[in-house]
Amino acid sequence: MDAAVVSAKGLCKRYGDFQAVQGIDFHIKPGQCFGFLGPNGAGKTTTLRMLLGLTPLSGGTLDVFGLPVAEQARAVRARVGSVPQADNLDPDFTVRENLSVYASYFGISARDAAPRIDRLLEFAALTDRADAKTDSLSGGMQRRLTIARALINDPELVVLDEPTTGLDPQVRHLIWGRLAELRSRGTTLILTTHYMEEAERLCDELVVMDHGRILDQGAPGELVRRHVEPEVIEIRAVPDDALTRLAEQAGCRVEGLGTSLYCYTHDPAPLLSRLRERHGLTFLHRPADLEDVFLKLTGRDLREGA
Amino acid sequence: MAVHLPRLGPGAFAVWRRNVLVWRKLIGPALLMNFGEPALYLLGLGFGLGHFVGDMGGVSYLAFLASGIVASSAMTTSSFEGMYSVFTRMVPQRTYEAILATPLEVDDILAGEMLWCAAKSLLSGVAIVIVALFLGVVADWRAIWVLPVVFLIGLTFAGPAIVMTAFAKGYDFFNYYFVLAITPMMLVSGVFYPIDTLPPAMQTAVQFLPLTHAIDLVRPLITGG
Repeated sequence: MDAAVVSAKGLCKRYGDFQAVQGIDFHIKPGQCFGFLGPNGAGKTTTLRMLLGLTPLSGGTLDVFGLPVAEQARAVRARVGSVPQADNLDPDFTVRENLSVYASYFGISARDAAPRIDRLLEFAALTDRADAKTDSLSGGMQRRLTIARALINDPELVVLDEPTTGLDPQVRHLIWGRLAELRSRGTTLILTTHYMEEAERLCDELVVMDHGRILDQGAPGELVRRHVEPEVIEIRAVPDDALTRLAEQAGCRVEGLGTSLYCYTHDPAPLLSRLRERHGLTFLHRPADLEDVFLKLTGRDLREGA
Repeated sequence: MAVHLPRLGPGAFAVWRRNVLVWRKLIGPALLMNFGEPALYLLGLGFGLGHFVGDMGGVSYLAFLASGIVASSAMTTSSFEGMYSVFTRMVPQRTYEAILATPLEVDDILAGEMLWCAAKSLLSGVAIVIVALFLGVVADWRAIWVLPVVFLIGLTFAGPAIVMTAFAKGYDFFNYYFVLAITPMMLVSGVFYPIDTLPPAMQTAVQFLPLTHAIDLVRPLITGG
């Protein structure tokens, strides 16, 4: 087995009385795309901050590249790229200058940085905006620049905190393509997300977190098989007793959420035929996915806050 | 936690260099501020008030004032930079957040910013000495030694300014430091009149103010006295 790029044991973080991360274990193998999935306040960002050595651990151990982050944060960060949740590009500089100044923080000489910057501008499809000020860029362009900036030190590991939150679908697909390209080159990726589609497309392995704990861990398909029945029929109607009974009689496990009734089953045929007899009902038959796992593991209560 | 002074290393120079690059983009208004403000002060107060005052402390009032302003301007320049600019980079722009994701640490940022505050003080000092030179109040070439002194004055005031920034919730907080520390120091430390005209108790008190000593160092270098 390869040595883990990241290895956490009993990792804890307390802020006063609040337990943000409560003793989690995980191991990330080289070249993997590893996801942290969880609702707001699950402890994902805190875990990433500890991983970059930006906040001290309250307990446990955390090694990156075999180095203890707490003592060797500088050495670890020299080999890591970081894409924060909100872009923090330097507004005083142009696109190209943002990359060259960032390179200087890694001690990369201007001569070594120049060809790398050209490659990264190309990678981020920003070559023709190289001399634009960052505040004239669209949200998607700023995000791409932030990702390019995270690659300036040719990192072995890239940490992305909600890389596509708030972006429109085209931009999201473009960024997914770039991340897939990175992974195919052997870069290890760690990302947090609450987009199931993102996790499903990109992650080889993921953990579902809530309230600072890991609820389960595995490949997306594995988690789906472990936690939910393979087929789902979503009925778009305010759940009521009659519908629930109908689905249960057809052999489904039923959960209501908002304006939909989720019917989980191994054999969708009986329910489908009954639903077709009833006119005016909208329903959707689909394979079970991570969202179903997520909802089952983290509960269906609405989460307030950040 | 071990307490130590910020360490100067390549990281600190990278932070310092970032600020130089930004400053270079805004060089026009920056230089106007550096040269224009002291020129107006010296012309307005030095010639205007100097007409009534005559000599002060054995030199022309213009020379007396120019040497005082070299020191006080080093103080205010560094304090402004350490508060308003550092706060801007720390909170609204989140520049430091981006920097801390690289191998750099808080220590590098602190050292780099203090160095930059001192560099800006030096720039303002150079500008005022040049203006004073044109007004004919610089005694001789030995005034060049005022430049390292000005740099050190800037470094002295950078620390407390950045401490204020660490506590600040917003820009308004800096009013406390300016009104309670910087402005009083400017008025009693001997910029505008010699401190030996102060009441005896005050003369002792002002010895505890850093600007008093800064002026003691700067004035003879400019006026040759």
